[in-house]
Amino acid sequence: MTDTTNMMAKELLGFYQEELYEEARRAKKEGKLVCWSASVAPSELCVTMDIAMIYPETHAAGIGARKGALDMLEVADEKGYNLDTCSYARVNLGYMELLKEEALTGKTPEKLEKTPAARIPLPDLLITCNNICNTLLKWYENLAVELNIPLIIIDVPFNHTMPIPQYAKDYIAEQFKDAITQLEEICGKKFDYDKFLKVQEQTQRSVAQWNRVASLSSHKPSPLNCFDLFNYMALIVCARSKDYAEITFKKFADELEENLKNGIYAFKGSEQKRVTWEGIAVWPHLGHTFKGLKNLGNIMTGSAYPGLWNLSYTPGDMSSMAEAYTRIYINTCLDNKVKVLSDIISGGKCDGVVYHQNRSCKLMSFLNVETADMLQKENGLPYVSFDGDQTDPRNFAPAQFDTRVQALDEMMKQKEGVSNE
Amino acid sequence: MFTMGIDIGSSSSKVVILEDGVNIIAGEVIQIGTGSTGPKRVLDEALSKAGLTLQDMAKIIATGYGRSSVEEAHKQISEISCQAKGVFFLVPSAKIIIDIGGQDVKAIRLDSKGGVKQFFMNDKCAAGTGRFLDVMSRVLEVNLDEMAEYDSRATEPATVSSTCTVFAESEVISQLSNGVAKENIIAGVHQSVASKACGLAYRCGVEEDIVMCGGVAKDLGVVRAISKELKKPVIVAPNPQITAALGAAIFAFEEVIGANK
Ligand code: SF4
Repeated sequence: MTDTTNMMAKELLGFYQEELYEEARRAKKEGKLVCWSASVAPSELCVTMDIAMIYPETHAAGIGARKGALDMLEVADEKGYNLDTCSYARVNLGYMELLKEEALTGKTPEKLEKTPAARIPLPDLLITCNNICNTLLKWYENLAVELNIPLIIIDVPFNHTMPIPQYAKDYIAEQFKDAITQLEEICGKKFDYDKFLKVQEQTQRSVAQWNRVASLSSHKPSPLNCFDLFNYMALIVCARSKDYAEITFKKFADELEENLKNGIYAFKGSEQKRVTWEGIAVWPHLGHTFKGLKNLGNIMTGSAYPGLWNLSYTPGDMSSMAEAYTRIYINTCLDNKVKVLSDIISGGKCDGVVYHQNRSCKLMSFLNVETADMLQKENGLPYVSFDGDQTDPRNFAPAQFDTRVQALDEMMKQKEGVSNE
Repeated sequence: MFTMGIDIGSSSSKVVILEDGVNIIAGEVIQIGTGSTGPKRVLDEALSKAGLTLQDMAKIIATGYGRSSVEEAHKQISEISCQAKGVFFLVPSAKIIIDIGGQDVKAIRLDSKGGVKQFFMNDKCAAGTGRFLDVMSRVLEVNLDEMAEYDSRATEPATVSSTCTVFAESEVISQLSNGVAKENIIAGVHQSVASKACGLAYRCGVEEDIVMCGGVAKDLGVVRAISKELKKPVIVAPNPQITAALGAAIFAFEEVIGANK
């Protein structure tokens, strides 16, 4: 066992990410079950069942960030997946095709050999949820058909009105129970509700530490650049039901609080303007987008996306857990989306907003025009939007991004003195 | 005191030399942009026209797509702020600016002091830009500077897609082979450019005065089509290609004055 006690948060992040992949590879070798799961599907169920988990969205993001997406996108393209399909889906479906080819032929395809991200094993079962989009349904159905393995779908209907009605929570709680029954069949053993309670409690401790980290960007100057949340997010997605996430986030929050006490801030030099970033990161160009803002003296102190995993609920209460998984802001009406973002912007004491018009994620992008308009009426802050994509590097033009964020910077500075404090 | 604004676009290079923040003593344009010999040539031309050297410039600000590659510049400012500055100087009643350049279409809404209140730009698509017109001019074998005249003779504008340059190009080719008059096709092309620009202008909230600038503003066919679509008069900025360079030169002047205060 590696001793993690003296590791910094950043080391813990790397260590546990690798550990999770290793656990999945080990499970596969030992003939245990491996599940591929959507990022905001309830991890509690499979973790209770001791199933090793892989999260394709996070894995695809990792491939994108390491500049390996194009190879996978090409495979997906050759298999006929349309360019308009979410690039997480395409990267993962491309990867799956290569794994499948390897399994059938015994030969590792070249693209798989040289892909820069961690090797993951093929799944034995799949679990998805439609609380972040419906693309996931078709994506996972395709995986299930191609690999001929069981797929558990948890239906979490969109909330056209808020607050969330009790019948919706009841329905989702029933979906959870149904998923448990399916898991019992697949695993050939009973679901252990005592263990489930413990896993839920663990999840809550992870979420609490995650929220603790996120809340630190409200300080001005901020000890946290929210670009870091994009990186740390990997563990709230992949390990929230284990103590890996709790340990890492606690360490990170402790470090940031210590920095804050000592006057060490995320922006070396002095932060000038603070922005909210709406949408997923542009993984293949993460450095460019980060530096683009940084070179102008700007820091990201608001981002609603990591808040998707603010899944706090009462352990032991299925209805409360159902509520947590359905209230995430991209599963709710425009008015609520605006409200959530408005809180993020004021919480981060932001001076402007950058909207990522993400070619992949229709749900997050198509509402941006209206969202931006409504928010500006409310807070009067300048905003810009740019075209991009989370993992298809071809859909992003660095120069276009630069012009837009520079113009935003100029608008924010022009408004000097009328900042959102 | 002299200040200079350099605007290096995707398809043209522009330099303005300003005296005391008010007199334009040189405003030069060369129709090739970043990465070419254009930036150097236009700089030399402007200096020789003004009879000045780089050392005479109190401050130099670069703008445009190629702004970060201008070594002579002391600072870079986005073309959005520079357009606003330059146009407001020339037309103080301006509320909305429609700027169509080589690869960008933008609509900018000004505040009462000429600052940028809001702006919208085209996404990753060449439809509606100067490049789009370049492509059409080649297919139609009509020079860019003759397009407005052809348009004025149109009887029934053809329909041309405004969502994709490649689609639009094949539409135009098939219309040509179906014998549609070039005049009507060109009017359709202009309408297509106008619909893209007006879409952005509507998002800003259309309010007079509306001023057009950028290289495409020299094509009066586009100006007419925009005016028709918005049902409002459209003013073409004097020397519309140099407005962003002018804005940069004014910013440079203001910064020098501000620093000396
Ligand atoms: S990026 Fe958007 S479309 Fe793709 S899986 Fe996530 S929520 Fe769905």
